Amino acid sequence: MHKTGIESPQSVWWKPVHRSEKIWFTIAFVWCMVLFAMMPLWHLKGGQNPSGIRTRVAPADYRARVEEFVKTYQVGEESGIPVVEAPPGSDIYLQAQMWQWRPVLRLEKGANYTLHISSLDVLHGFNLYPFNVNFEIVPGYDYALRVSPTEAGDFRIVCDEFCGIGHHLMVGKMVVTDGAAADAAPPTPRTPMQGGDR
Amino acid sequence: MSPETSVAERAAAEPGRPGFRKCPTTGLWVHHQADKLIKANAVVATVALLVGGLAAILVLLTRWQAVHLLSAEMFYRVLTIHGMNMLIFFILFFEMAVLYFASAVLLNCRVPAVKTAWTAFVLMVVGTLMVEWTMFTGRADVLFTSYVPLRAHPAFYLGVILFAVGALMVTTIFFGTLVIAKKEKTYEGSVPLVTFGGLTAAIIAVITLLHGAAIYIPTFFWSLDMMHVDPEVYRLVWWGLGHSSQQINVAAMVSIWYLLGALTVGAVVLNEKISRTAFVLYILFISMASAHHLLVDPGFSPAWKVVNTSYFMYMAVLASMLHGFTVPAGVELGMRLRGFTQGIFGWLRKAPWSDPGFSSLAFSVAIFGFLGGITGVTFGTEQINIIAHNTLRIPGHFHATVVGGTALAFMGVTYYVIPLIFRKQVAFYPLARMQPFFFAIGMLIFSMAMTFAGTFGIPRRHWDITFTGAPFGVEYSPATDLVIAVMAVGGLVAAVGGGMYILVTVWSVFFGKPMGECTAANLKGRVPPGVYEIPARELPAARGEPEPELEEHGRLGTIPGTMILVFVFLAAFVVYYFANWKLLSFVWKIG
Repeated sequence: MHKTGIESPQSVWWKPVHRSEKIWFTIAFVWCMVLFAMMPLWHLKGGQNPSGIRTRVAPADYRARVEEFVKTYQVGEESGIPVVEAPPGSDIYLQAQMWQWRPVLRLEKGANYTLHISSLDVLHGFNLYPFNVNFEIVPGYDYALRVSPTEAGDFRIVCDEFCGIGHHLMVGKMVVTDGAAADAAPPTPRTPMQGGDR
Repeated sequence: MSPETSVAERAAAEPGRPGFRKCPTTGLWVHHQADKLIKANAVVATVALLVGGLAAILVLLTRWQAVHLLSAEMFYRVLTIHGMNMLIFFILFFEMAVLYFASAVLLNCRVPAVKTAWTAFVLMVVGTLMVEWTMFTGRADVLFTSYVPLRAHPAFYLGVILFAVGALMVTTIFFGTLVIAKKEKTYEGSVPLVTFGGLTAAIIAVITLLHGAAIYIPTFFWSLDMMHVDPEVYRLVWWGLGHSSQQINVAAMVSIWYLLGALTVGAVVLNEKISRTAFVLYILFISMASAHHLLVDPGFSPAWKVVNTSYFMYMAVLASMLHGFTVPAGVELGMRLRGFTQGIFGWLRKAPWSDPGFSSLAFSVAIFGFLGGITGVTFGTEQINIIAHNTLRIPGHFHATVVGGTALAFMGVTYYVIPLIFRKQVAFYPLARMQPFFFAIGMLIFSMAMTFAGTFGIPRRHWDITFTGAPFGVEYSPATDLVIAVMAVGGLVAAVGGGMYILVTVWSVFFGKPMGECTAANLKGRVPPGVYEIPARELPAARGEPEPELEEHGRLGTIPGTMILVFVFLAAFVVYYFANWKLLSFVWKIG
């Protein structure tokens, strides 16, 4: 006898499952296993994983690293922000601060970089326009992501974590060149972590 | 009611219980204090809904770049007000009412510790007022998440703490009521499924509120410069509150689905074992979903992310997929047992679509499952989160779950709470019948458009996506203007639906006609039909008749309509999920 959900079931209600329910349960369970398997599989085979190399860093130390990076590789200036071009394979640094990204990065298509992001003050968000790639930026933490630009072009970095009244002013720039040097240069040194992760 | 459920009938035969009244629809004995507590919490919930709803319109008209109504400062302030009032105050006050209903009312029991119950209510109201004061006076422009190190006035954090303590007291009273009902034998057998779902919600509420205490107490001291709070630790513990509180909603909403099914069409429970196991899976695993917010954070390892974001191998998704099956299946089976056996979808066509309780139920299940559920699981996948995090895809997802799902289910049940608890007729009943359609269709358009806009990378919580004054220009595809306009129209339609709901409920409660005699002659066209023509009484179990043999539709079995619906759902899920992997594979190599 079937009753509603607002009545107390009497005596033993541990009854055999309806056949349709059994079919759906089995299918749903299998689907859940597929969902679960996809994530480790993508770590092995896929090209996009949010793993990174994750370390703690004091905001003052991070600022010092960024300044040294800028001093070493600066090639110009745009809107008062230094433009920096580091050789393929190097560690590159991006600093988020209310309400500015620093520096402007110039990258080469197809080359590998280790992109460090961190914040000097509050939370910020890394949103790569127009590719819609998003990472959280937390003060006190260095998130080092192995990146390899797949397309040349003029990219923007939009802040997508609320960081105060000037949040909408926080737009940075990243330029990917076609890498004419790519054929001349020796094969890019692959970081040991490249491809997949761990 | 069946001879088996003799509690209600036995109660009816009793000469009356002091301090109680007998509900003519359900035959349940309702404690006067339960009545009052439900009313008080529901009224405050509605006020919060009104405040949050007005804020929603202002936020919408600002994000609609063609209108761009508010200044940056006011936008973030009003967005904070919108988030806190909707996600915390409206929902939790309503859930407190649900807890009193699912325990004291459904179990024929008294509310124990009445003074404590009212103290809890006062604490929650005081906490709410403190938070409202800080928000409205610009002392807490930190948004709903109040991420450290953005700083709000200490009264903001203290207000949340008081509110959480009050809510924790109500859950304790809920557990106490279950114990007392068992001891005083106010019901026979096991607790009803709806109470079991309420118990699930209450247990998740305890988990949630403890996280709230664990983060807001240190943050309160941090705001007084008395200690340090790490921003990443804040995010971890805060989401134990922020996401888990939405899981209270899920459990409460699913309980209300079963309740509305029972009231509007005499929906049955296919199998108590399956439905209850699904609730237990929620308790065990659903709180792990707070990891959904931390997938592209620097503080956590990939293994941690994978295990947690999947609720340990998607066991909570399994639970939702089970409820998403058993709720429509229960409706179908109930309708078939009551004689609506034509074809595969005859039961759905003949369902009482003009009953706002039923239309709310149907839309709530559909929007929560098809939009909210599918997008939620997809965006909560570790890698796919890279192309979803902090874009409009996220609010697009949770407006489908929390608004199109939970809030709509709460609205639907309100049309029964007004006659059954407030003892009033539903004012402007023809308006009430249309309300779920406005709200559901508006929210459907709104959340679909919002999710779609997010795929272009448009950030959430952003005052100006034309970036006026920024050092470098950003121009989104012109298509996004159209998508955002569609979103605005959907949002405004939903706002009309929300306004209708508030008008109907406030008018009914304060100026409504008393219900009077519980007969069709008196109430037809004035309250939902399930109040006076009780569908559950037409079930074979209630009539004491054997159940009829139902027609087998080949492989689809005896509930073919639901089988087709769930396979359509699964197909949509599979397509959306893998389409997102494909989208992800187009972006830069990142690892």
